[in-house]
Amino acid sequence: MATAMIDLRQLGAVKAPVGFAERVLASAGVTDSYALFDTVLGPVYVAWNRLGVSAAMRAPSALQFEEWFGRDVGRQLVRVDPPADLAAKIEDQLAGKRRLQFDLRGLTPFSQAVLRKTLEIRRGEVRPYGWIAREIGHPAAVRAVGTALANNPIPYFIPCHRVVRSDGVIGNYGGGGPEAKKQILNLEGVQLARLQKLAQSGFRYEGIKSTKIFCFPTCYHGRHAREENFVFFHDEAEARAKGYRPCKDCRPAVA
Amino acid sequence: MEGTERVFERLVRDHQDRIYALGLALTGNRHDAEDVAQDTFLRAYRALAGYTPERVRELKQRAWLHRIAVNVVRNRVRGVRPRLVELNGSEPSTTSGPEDDALRRAEVDALAARVAGLPARYREPVVLRHVQELSYAEVAEVLGQPVGTVKANVHRGLKLLRGESDGHGDD
Repeated sequence: MATAMIDLRQLGAVKAPVGFAERVLASAGVTDSYALFDTVLGPVYVAWNRLGVSAAMRAPSALQFEEWFGRDVGRQLVRVDPPADLAAKIEDQLAGKRRLQFDLRGLTPFSQAVLRKTLEIRRGEVRPYGWIAREIGHPAAVRAVGTALANNPIPYFIPCHRVVRSDGVIGNYGGGGPEAKKQILNLEGVQLARLQKLAQSGFRYEGIKSTKIFCFPTCYHGRHAREENFVFFHDEAEARAKGYRPCKDCRPAVA
Repeated sequence: MEGTERVFERLVRDHQDRIYALGLALTGNRHDAEDVAQDTFLRAYRALAGYTPERVRELKQRAWLHRIAVNVVRNRVRGVRPRLVELNGSEPSTTSGPEDDALRRAEVDALAARVAGLPARYREPVVLRHVQELSYAEVAEVLGQPVGTVKANVHRGLKLLRGESDGHGDD
């Protein structure tokens, strides 16, 4: 009897494997995992959990990323060795070849709506803030849209850089200031010089003569049109007066 | 919600070694032990999320977790592993805990395999009483059996472990 009991106590002294608690907490979605990834944009810290990617930041240090995450997202971060395929998934996402899942819990429904709408903007295209506001059913909330985008916890992945001011000023960027925003848009093939020239002349829309459809500049429907086949409009009324209808894809106006 | 997460984190950190040891004694190998422990905590988390704050406060965590773990082991289908989270990609680690001494580890594993080889009706009370060192009253609560039944099964289980015949009826 006595020997058996001593042996069995030894069994009870076994410790859980290293990192067990962290894995359980991550599986339950209580903590998020993160790692540093080398991307086309340089080194980016990316956090994720079972629901998807939860944050991204070009932070100067892991500590700063952790602090920012704890403050803004309110969960704990655990640094891990990333799963083998995650780096490739991230690369594809940033190249526009894949759509990852995102965890936007903790954001207001309004912010979530703004960010989900932003995800619809294709690579190489841009939209004005007012477009997001109108599309999500809050046409007057243009400033609030700007705030929601400035606080985007997953910049680069959720392309808030594709939302620009309609006056041609590139606008603020939470992911590293206006210069970073320009750099990323360039990388995505947006012709910024053309965009700004149009905006400065007061032109908000471009029409294609052959189809009589007007779009936001950069809309992919105009991607093959030659410059001389474009006609430019200051506003919707002008476009409609000339017999143009709004593009059903970029929706410059309610069709 | 925030509260639940705090409670859960504390729960995992406080009980991870106990529940892992329980899993090892009940399943007989470390791989299954980690699955069982992980599954136990995830079930606990889902349950906690639905409990009122009073119920969470009054919870006898140790007995509660042991009951969940025993059920997890009972419900396991051999060879079927619970779904792991792809995005986290957290494969159960095969690295050992701090008791790294290979010899002791092998000894412990052999003992775990022996205990796990007991029939469930003896294995559960023996493990709860002598590995986890719960009181007879707690074991009875976890298993939902009368204390007398628990005592008898522990006794018979230990005899089996020592290689003596079951000896039904003798006492």
